[in-house]
Amino acid sequence: MESKILKFENFSAGYGNLLVLKNINLEIFEKKITAIMGPSGCGKTTLIRCINRMHELNKEAFHKGDIFLNDKSIFEMNPVFLRRKIGMVFQKPNPFPHLSIYENVLAGYIINGIKLKREEKDKIVEDCLKKVALWEEVKDKLYLKGTQLSGGQQQRLCIARSLALNPEIILLDEPTSSLDPKSTVEIENLLEKLKDNVTIIIVTHNISQASRIADYVAFLYLGELIEYGKSEKIFTAPENPKTEEYLSGKFG
Amino acid sequence: MKIFKDRIFKFLVIFLSFLTLTPLFFIFYIILKNGLSSINLKFFFSLPKPPGEIGGGILNAIAGTFLLLFFASLISIPIGIFFGMFLYEFKEKKIGKICNILIDVLQSIPSIVIGIIAYLWIVKKMGHFSAIAGSVALSLIFLPIIAKATKETFEMVPFSMIETSLSLGSSYPRTIFKVILPISINGILSGVLVGLGRISGETAPLLFTAFGNSFLNFNICKPVSSLSLLIFTYTMSPYEDWHRQAWGCAFVLIILILILNSISKVGLKKWKVKF
Ligand SMILES: Nc1ncnc2c1ncn2[C@@H]1O[C@H](COP(=O)(O)OP(=O)(O)OP(=O)(O)O)[C@@H](O)[C@H]1O
Ligand SMILES: [Mg+2]
Repeated sequence: MESKILKFENFSAGYGNLLVLKNINLEIFEKKITAIMGPSGCGKTTLIRCINRMHELNKEAFHKGDIFLNDKSIFEMNPVFLRRKIGMVFQKPNPFPHLSIYENVLAGYIINGIKLKREEKDKIVEDCLKKVALWEEVKDKLYLKGTQLSGGQQQRLCIARSLALNPEIILLDEPTSSLDPKSTVEIENLLEKLKDNVTIIIVTHNISQASRIADYVAFLYLGELIEYGKSEKIFTAPENPKTEEYLSGKFG
Repeated sequence: MKIFKDRIFKFLVIFLSFLTLTPLFFIFYIILKNGLSSINLKFFFSLPKPPGEIGGGILNAIAGTFLLLFFASLISIPIGIFFGMFLYEFKEKKIGKICNILIDVLQSIPSIVIGIIAYLWIVKKMGHFSAIAGSVALSLIFLPIIAKATKETFEMVPFSMIETSLSLGSSYPRTIFKVILPISINGILSGVLVGLGRISGETAPLLFTAFGNSFLNFNICKPVSSLSLLIFTYTMSPYEDWHRQAWGCAFVLIILILILNSISKVGLKKWKVKF
């Protein structure tokens, strides 16, 4: 039986007067890839930013209801520690420009002032870069700045950076939308490998991408979760007509 | 007709630019003509002769300038960076906006007034002129330059960098010190160099603080000379040879300022962090 790691309970959120997410009830399965889909502006980014409490950084932001990580409310946790358990990868690759490739992988430790021994650091860097299939490409130039890599390499570096903290969940917000097809496939492949150890939640507009990698698909429409289930089911026989319309490309 | 107008316009622009630059070339020419002949090793490495005697050098002023700049940096750089961080952090709050205006006001205070303030605060309290009083006076000019450079470079760091750092589970203060500050360091450094160029030529704030000294002095509680002070006193003196040395000193000062400014210009381009 698949166990659940994350649970939204009557969760609503928005900015100022704007209610973006409307009473979401959703359970995310552990060590699976869940794709969040839906037309532009439906609240996908807002949804995943609530999971690591980045949503609260916005002064206007509000939320109601609860989200549980392993049956514990995330709003009772210290957001700083929560964010170490939940990694995030952004749409645009954004390695730290002042750090080398090596240091970028360790950024979570460096910024947080966590001291590691030389061997531990080397091990983390090598492990994480191997997990994102970047090691062979960069092992001889770890001292280069992270920003000197190609876009696709940078994005894989960013994934490695979030893996370095051993998160339970990784959130990815359209991680391949600024990349070429080859880099996109590379990232899809590595996500499929990563799910052995970590739960992946990915926002994507790319329907074929979702059908290739997702185990579950959540479909949002105007801030409501209108369909959620196994991806085979959603892609072959969606229940909601809106889902079907979206998947057949009628709106986006 | 149109071409004709364009020509006239172009001519005017070039003519006016030359007109503006003429005094600059003139200054360089005069300083070069009068100053260059004084420049030799002895000029750099010997102390002034008693008034009226021929010869001697400006070692006291060179050492004094570096002493003043060193202590002014020691005071201004840390405080200025912290103040800049404060301005950045509170830029939307009332207190931040008020401080921003105050910094502008401080920057517009005439340097002679700053000299008087340092005189009242330090020279009067200590009972005598001192290098430290001069450094404090220079700091009051230096500090706002650094604070503004810090604030402005901080503002150029994209918000996504802050967000990314926070998403890695770091606190906001750590994000400031470990991400924004290191990304901004080159911009701040360039501000420091511009500021050093600015204060190394200041004379008014030093007249009744550092005062001048014809001997070599590294004690910050005693008066020191500086390149600018030496130019001032030598020019006011009746001695022919001191006038010559004042030109030499002016040449050295201009070169120093040019070097500081060009490092900051070149550096700003070269060390700029690319995102
Ligand atoms: N910082 C903000 N302040 C106010 N409103 C916002 C803010 N960010 C997003 N919104 C609004 O919230 C709604 C949902 O935005 P969100 O970014 O979550 O959509 P999305 O599904 O990620 O869209 P896209 O596919 O275009 O990325 C939109 O109507 C948007 O205008
Ligand atoms: Mg989005």
